[in-house]
Amino acid sequence: MKTTFLLNGERITVDTAPTVTLLDWLREERGLTGTKEGCNEGDCGACSVMVTSQDGARALNACILFMPQVHGKAVRTIEGIAAPDGTLHPVQDAMIMHHGSQCGFCTPGFVVSMATAHVNGRRDHDDQIAGNLCRCTGYAPIIRAAQAAQEAPVPTHLTETPPAVEAVASSDHVAFPASCDELATWYLDHPSATLIAGATDVGLWVTKHLRDLDGVAFLGQCHELKAIHDDGGMLRFGAMATITDVLETVTPFAPSFAEMLRRYGSVQVRNAATIGGNIANGSPIGDSPPALIAAGAQLVLRKGTIQRELLLEDFYIEYGKQDRAAGEFVEAIEVPKDALARTQVYKISKRFDQDISAVCGAFDLEANRIAFGGMAGTPKRAPKTEEALARGETDRAVAALAQDFAPLSDMRASAAYRLQAAQGLLRRALSGDHSTVLEVRA
Amino acid sequence: MSVAKPLPHDAALLHVTGAARYVDDIPLPVGALHLAFGLSEIARGRITEMDLDAVRSAEGVVAVLTADDLPFANDCSPSAHDEPLLSDGAVHYLGQPVFLVVARSHLLARKAARLGQIVYQKETPILTIDDAIAANTIFEEGPRIWERGDLDHAIKTATHRITGQMELGGQEHFYLEGQAACAVPQEGGDMLVHSSTQHPTEIQHKVADAIGTPMHAVRVEVRRMGGGFGGKESQGNALAIACAVAARLTQRPCAMRYDRDDDMMITGKRHDFRLAYDVAFDSHGIVQAIDFTHYARCGWAMDLSLPVADRAMLHADNAYYLPNIRITSHRLKTNTQSATAFRGFGGPQGMVGIERVMDEIAHHLGKDPLEVRRANYYSDASQTTPYGQKVSDFILDDLTDALIKTSGYRQRRSEIKEWNAQHTHLKKGIAFTPVKFGISFTLTHLNQAGALVHVYQDGSIHLNHGGTEMGQGLFQKVAQVAASRFGVDVGAVKITATDTAKVPNTSATAASSGSDLNGMAVKAACDIIRGRITDHLATVHQCSPQDVHFADGHVSLPHHRITFAEAAKSAYENRISLSSTGFYKTPKLQWDRIKGHGRPFLYFAYGAAVTEVVVDMLTGENRILRTDILHDAGASLNPALDIGQIEGGFVQGAGWLTTEELVWDDAGRLRTHAPATYKIPACSDRPDVFNVALWDGQNTEDTIYRSKAVGEPPFMLGISALMALSDAVAACGVGYPSLDAPATPERLLMAAKRLQA
Repeated sequence: MKTTFLLNGERITVDTAPTVTLLDWLREERGLTGTKEGCNEGDCGACSVMVTSQDGARALNACILFMPQVHGKAVRTIEGIAAPDGTLHPVQDAMIMHHGSQCGFCTPGFVVSMATAHVNGRRDHDDQIAGNLCRCTGYAPIIRAAQAAQEAPVPTHLTETPPAVEAVASSDHVAFPASCDELATWYLDHPSATLIAGATDVGLWVTKHLRDLDGVAFLGQCHELKAIHDDGGMLRFGAMATITDVLETVTPFAPSFAEMLRRYGSVQVRNAATIGGNIANGSPIGDSPPALIAAGAQLVLRKGTIQRELLLEDFYIEYGKQDRAAGEFVEAIEVPKDALARTQVYKISKRFDQDISAVCGAFDLEANRIAFGGMAGTPKRAPKTEEALARGETDRAVAALAQDFAPLSDMRASAAYRLQAAQGLLRRALSGDHSTVLEVRA
Repeated sequence: MSVAKPLPHDAALLHVTGAARYVDDIPLPVGALHLAFGLSEIARGRITEMDLDAVRSAEGVVAVLTADDLPFANDCSPSAHDEPLLSDGAVHYLGQPVFLVVARSHLLARKAARLGQIVYQKETPILTIDDAIAANTIFEEGPRIWERGDLDHAIKTATHRITGQMELGGQEHFYLEGQAACAVPQEGGDMLVHSSTQHPTEIQHKVADAIGTPMHAVRVEVRRMGGGFGGKESQGNALAIACAVAARLTQRPCAMRYDRDDDMMITGKRHDFRLAYDVAFDSHGIVQAIDFTHYARCGWAMDLSLPVADRAMLHADNAYYLPNIRITSHRLKTNTQSATAFRGFGGPQGMVGIERVMDEIAHHLGKDPLEVRRANYYSDASQTTPYGQKVSDFILDDLTDALIKTSGYRQRRSEIKEWNAQHTHLKKGIAFTPVKFGISFTLTHLNQAGALVHVYQDGSIHLNHGGTEMGQGLFQKVAQVAASRFGVDVGAVKITATDTAKVPNTSATAASSGSDLNGMAVKAACDIIRGRITDHLATVHQCSPQDVHFADGHVSLPHHRITFAEAAKSAYENRISLSSTGFYKTPKLQWDRIKGHGRPFLYFAYGAAVTEVVVDMLTGENRILRTDILHDAGASLNPALDIGQIEGGFVQGAGWLTTEELVWDDAGRLRTHAPATYKIPACSDRPDVFNVALWDGQNTEDTIYRSKAVGEPPFMLGISALMALSDAVAACGVGYPSLDAPATPERLLMAAKRLQA
């Protein structure tokens, strides 16, 4: 499988198996060991690289990024952050000056994340490095460094133009569809194949479950799947829209949903993960599905030449089972803007950033639509609760959550906590006082 | 003089450019092989059949080893010889290495390691503290008990009495660089080992035993670790031994690193504890007697559990004079990962116990916990700890005054009361907690260190010592010492990798002792060389040695001033040795751990923190809003590095007590074995406002430039976060919150519900 990209400014073409990760290739084949493996699952950011495409510069986790995903892009590793003449990047200077490294192992990932944020003019430093874990410093000096560097001009070598490349041709077991039609046709012939969008989930099938994927389609060349269309009343997200794209789109009008997405994974994960993947993988939690269900979103599913529409809440049948036929895929999701705008979304997790919800609650009280993630085998509405609310019985509505859901106990939370927290979230939504600990200051 | 300057970490430039090399970054010679362990799938039982054919025939596999294939000792324990490298048939925990795969690549080794077909005869595992108490599975012959005074009488006659207990969770180290090692066979059966370890000498010793050579045939080199925190004191043994055994067998370089999930499944963590207390106190809250019972869950092997549990006992007093006391410590053996060293080494667990008691006493009496804490402080230099050591360097009165003032504690406490009255679901809390932490290894013979210093004829200096660099800045601090002794810029000093062939018989870099021990050893080596240069120049220039001064890169004599390089060259040309070892042993120590009496510590390090939090009583969500810290690093060798230790230690300590939760299921499988499920603090979890300052003072003991150890003590400042959460929860109802730790949103919500019921 040939992949052509810019590596630290140099155009290269390499031949690898399709599910070799960029991290393994950098370290084991290229000898670029500055990019570190911390967790091999996209949760620590030690492997962060800067990838520039037509969408701009993005930080990504190289440990769960397959080589074909960087085709036609410009990749900067830590070795390419300083200027070609060796002049340090302002972030690097600041990290030294402010004592931002101790053991230094996470540092390359931080520097890459910070340099990428710097290219993009971002100053929400806590969010920008939420996907980079440091066990030594307590983060304070890293933030001081980020602030110290934020005014410096962007070094010219980091403003990159992705290389012009030819589209990769599909083979029997590895497809690179360039259109929805092509994907639909190929998938019909290969219904057991794995569709790879951002690989934030599938990546772990390879790095953790050590699976050999037999038949894969990389969807990165299927540009029409990335389209986001706003007709004023309805938003249509192509399934390949990244969570970052979704977050940027909804931020102006749906603040509560946007705030939840701000805590979805991390910058690196949001830059890779897609809304279609988030929905189609059928997680019981999902984070965006509860909100989209509450807002009355519907899916556009595609099988061959046939499209069908389905309410998102009807897509989830039970744990691990969705209403999706063999060879059928999620093409787009449509959500009414007004409903999304008024939906209150609350995510409860042990840690605020880069954590999977114990409970995620979404409330469109005007339409009396309430949905939860983490409370059942699928993201799911709360019908008995809604009925009680329709009767104006708020206390009964809170109690009815116990009838709507019988959550599980696991390492994230006990069943009892999930239920009580869900009830707390409903009370918060009903109170009209949406303030949380996140807004409180000393 | 370079000492006391806030210089950056010596490797900062290498860190930020990705050029700093860790074990897995070392380029391997062609033909190198990669290793992975096959792990047990049950927590307790015996292996009845093991079919490894599929492993052997998997792609890329060169060899598969079981216990029977090991040529010499099958042991990776630090001292007790109770940890087989590969299972000898008995399975003691879920995740125990059973066989070893040697393959062409890391990925192929991992894939093959999952193909083993093992049949077990299962036994009921002993997993929890309750299980172990019921089964009476313990280390040592019984509980360790230390006593002072007349406990029973004091408890019976006291005005007030509280009994209670708390569960205190363990902690995964989550060093960002996982365990890693590689072994490169040398001529004549010698072995070169690169290991991410805090204890190169132990690696050398264990590898020598495993390949049947004297220690002199094994050289261990450690340039740096990507974090250690105690997790690389003994837990790297298995990888280094496996690499050496496989390298001996194949005569090819062998490398091994644990994938993160394997790392968390295999290696030990901080000991979780149950702390029970029965305390008597007067109406001021002054403790008259206290009976502590510690239950430490040690896991399946002894590892370092005895000294860890001892240190918990040694910190049961923290900063408080406890005239009548009994501490009973149970060291419980369970079928879980063998708990190991982790920053504080039991001290934090012991300290949480007494801080919990202070908090509960204050709540019981309706007093500000600060006042109760102060009323119990050690108050004169003749008072001794429960183990009989005089507390003659107590500075917490002044330090507390200063921190209470700069943090605005009193005013904020009353503002928080008002704020809480105006808010139904959100409640704030604030807490002050102090730290007094004993410095020295409690195994007295470990308190020694060596150094090797060369001065070259161009005046450049080669520095080596027995300490290891894990991010704490030890190398830079020690380089600053060397530069100061010779009066040169720190740039003249080359810091070199820790190497068992340069400095032998080293102690682990642990117990916060790194700069205390190695700084003194380096000073000794430098002073020997400096003395020789001084004598030489004094002879040549006909002056007294007292008139020879080393400063600003020069050596000054009454009528001459030459550069340090010229001085070195002159010494060389006059056949003066410019190389020396240095040695140091900590004075004044005397300790009997069975009696629990003596002087285990040279001195104490102090600190205090004020932390403010907010908790949502609908969900238990919580945040740290502000933390103010004043910490005692003596006369700091490097204030920037010390503040880094304090900031990082606090956040790590707060993480232990808040978000970091280890969960095992009923079969003994650790369910939180990756960062997806185990949550160390992220960036936004640090306090919004985070003020850290160093106490302006110096060590009363004669330590290196009168500095104090700073690695572990600040970790325990994180206890202030737990106590602040307790304060916030207490504001939402009636009663004492009795929080267990980690105080996750779930525990906080459940505590709030109890108080509101």
